[in-house]
Amino acid sequence: MATLAVETRGLSRRYGRRWALADVSLEVPAGSVTMLAGRNGSGKSTLLRVLATALRADHGEALVLGHDVRRERDAVRLKVALLAHQSFLYEALTARENLQVAASFLGRDAEGALLERVGLGTRADDPVASFSAGMRKRLSLARVLLQQAELVLLDEPYGELDPPGFALLDGVIGELRQRGATVVMATHLVDRGRLLCDRALLLEEGRLAWSGPAREMPAEAPGGSAHA
Amino acid sequence: MGNSRWPFVTAGLGLALLVWGSVWGLFYAPREVYMGDVQRIMYVHVPTAWNAMLVLTFAFACAVLSLLRGGWGWDARLEAAVEGGVVLSALLCTQGSIWARPTWGVWWDWDPRLTTTAVLLFAFAGILALRGFVDDPVKRAVWTAVAVVIAYVDVPLVYFSVRWWNSLHQLQSTPETVSRAFHWPLRINAFGVLFLMIGLVELRARLAWQRRAAESAPPLPSGVAVATGRL
Amino acid sequence: MERPGARDAGRGAGRERSRLSGFLAALRKDLLLQWRTRAQFVAVFVFGATALLLFSFAIGPDAAALRQHSAGFLWLGLLLSSTLALADSFESEVQHRALEGLLLLPADPRALYYGKALANVLQLTVLGVGLVPVIVVLYDAFTARIPALLAIIVLGAAGLSAPGTLYSAMTAQMRARNTLLPLLLFPLVVPALLAAVKSTSLLILGDPMGQLTSWVALLVAFDAVYWSLCGLVFERVVED
Repeated sequence: MATLAVETRGLSRRYGRRWALADVSLEVPAGSVTMLAGRNGSGKSTLLRVLATALRADHGEALVLGHDVRRERDAVRLKVALLAHQSFLYEALTARENLQVAASFLGRDAEGALLERVGLGTRADDPVASFSAGMRKRLSLARVLLQQAELVLLDEPYGELDPPGFALLDGVIGELRQRGATVVMATHLVDRGRLLCDRALLLEEGRLAWSGPAREMPAEAPGGSAHA
Repeated sequence: MGNSRWPFVTAGLGLALLVWGSVWGLFYAPREVYMGDVQRIMYVHVPTAWNAMLVLTFAFACAVLSLLRGGWGWDARLEAAVEGGVVLSALLCTQGSIWARPTWGVWWDWDPRLTTTAVLLFAFAGILALRGFVDDPVKRAVWTAVAVVIAYVDVPLVYFSVRWWNSLHQLQSTPETVSRAFHWPLRINAFGVLFLMIGLVELRARLAWQRRAAESAPPLPSGVAVATGRL
Repeated sequence: MERPGARDAGRGAGRERSRLSGFLAALRKDLLLQWRTRAQFVAVFVFGATALLLFSFAIGPDAAALRQHSAGFLWLGLLLSSTLALADSFESEVQHRALEGLLLLPADPRALYYGKALANVLQLTVLGVGLVPVIVVLYDAFTARIPALLAIIVLGAAGLSAPGTLYSAMTAQMRARNTLLPLLLFPLVVPALLAAVKSTSLLILGDPMGQLTSWVALLVAFDAVYWSLCGLVFERVVED
């Protein structure tokens, strides 16, 4: 009975001489929407990548949906989707083709409706090379939705989006929550996070500085209301 | 890695043996009937050849262990062994040229074993270059171990291909047999180079180990992440 | 100071999806990418043809000598072009971390390797076949044994592709990638190069002593060794 979607103990990862994650022990309840806040370089991306098994931790343990990220990597990957800074897209292929490639590895067909859903219906057959940053983000989001994951990790998803994109993302998060999926979202938009999310985690220089209900997130958290 | 003095002792012993065997072979051993004094290079060439193959085989073993077991010890030894192998291969090619020139009038005679050595030299020198360009120590260890395994597996293939390729041309290869009376300086030198290499490779591995420590982050102050320093 | 354990077993759930379907998905993806970037391929072909022209300038207008060495020139030209083609093949995979994105789906690394390597064999074969008319014209190097020639080109391309795909995956993640790929690849493929050159040469100049089979056997052995070995280690090269 996994009531915790994520459980880490002493998770640490270094880059050269610096510890990007230092002894992080945290919990994310299943079905919740959790905000991961912190300054640039505080370790948010690293944490998400370790949970997605894109990176290996140097020390410590992490259980994602009951599976050990080290020993059951494929089981974790089946259930987790990551929306990263890098888009995971092929420039030379169209939006539709990018989704089809991902779908072919998932053993299913890409539904054309997904592209409509993220607002790329009219650009489905254009090469990604011609896309703006915001459009790539939308396509990456479609790719995440395709995976139908139980745990969705979003790394600064609002980054390149325009206001309609914000609304789209809010809607997607709402749907994921309704579906019973767990969402962990790294973001600088703390105010938005307080409204959308149940819980919050604050990272500072690779360490967990605070955790609790999102409403109670400390006001002087770094990166406060930089974007409306 | 340890701090004991045994590599110095071994290297010193090796050097002593090498001096003894070389002086004996180069100055005192009887002159070979057909080839003359040039043949004396065998006293150095053959031991170098044996040890080059030995060091590269050791590198292969370190690579396999590094991939299967992890830990910095095998990676450090791998680095040392590959460097040692490159040095010995370069020496072999030089010695081969020194022999070929007075004998055949050319600097290179395309002898299969020597040509294989030249290919190996480039392959392993390339692996050293690879090491220099990877910043992440973990990736560096994995990638160079993979590269060493791939290069080592190639050795018999390279040897056979070059041998067939060269078989139509009947240039006498570097003499592999040395008359029975001349074996002792050869054996002494073989052990000399062996002990010298063992000592040097161990010392070089220690240096690599220390460099790994210097470029890695210090252990976390909370004490959770304990550096085991395991060999 | 500790290095993470060398190998953690992450197998199981994700590999249920048959290896074959993963391989086919990878192959389709790579062929599609090659088709989309065919303009680059044309440039690589022109590079290869130019190299062949330059080789003839190095020898001089001696028709007999040119014909004698035509097989060598063909394979050298192909080898040099292959580094460009192979490097290109991973450009699109690392640009936006697309390869990582596939691995996270999850996709079987071995399937990704074999798909990419096979697509590269195809591309190098097309390249090789394209350069044949060039040597026929420049060096008067003709053979009537077309199927045999094609087979040798395919086998030689396979020999270049297996380690080449592995190493370009590695070097694509590094700086100085354009220098390191040939540096690592060239010494390694000497047996395949020799075998391919000799085989092709025997086809063009004649094979009175029946040596062709031996050389082809060597090429097949090289391919067998490296297609299995590189597939095995690919995962270690692309995963963290």
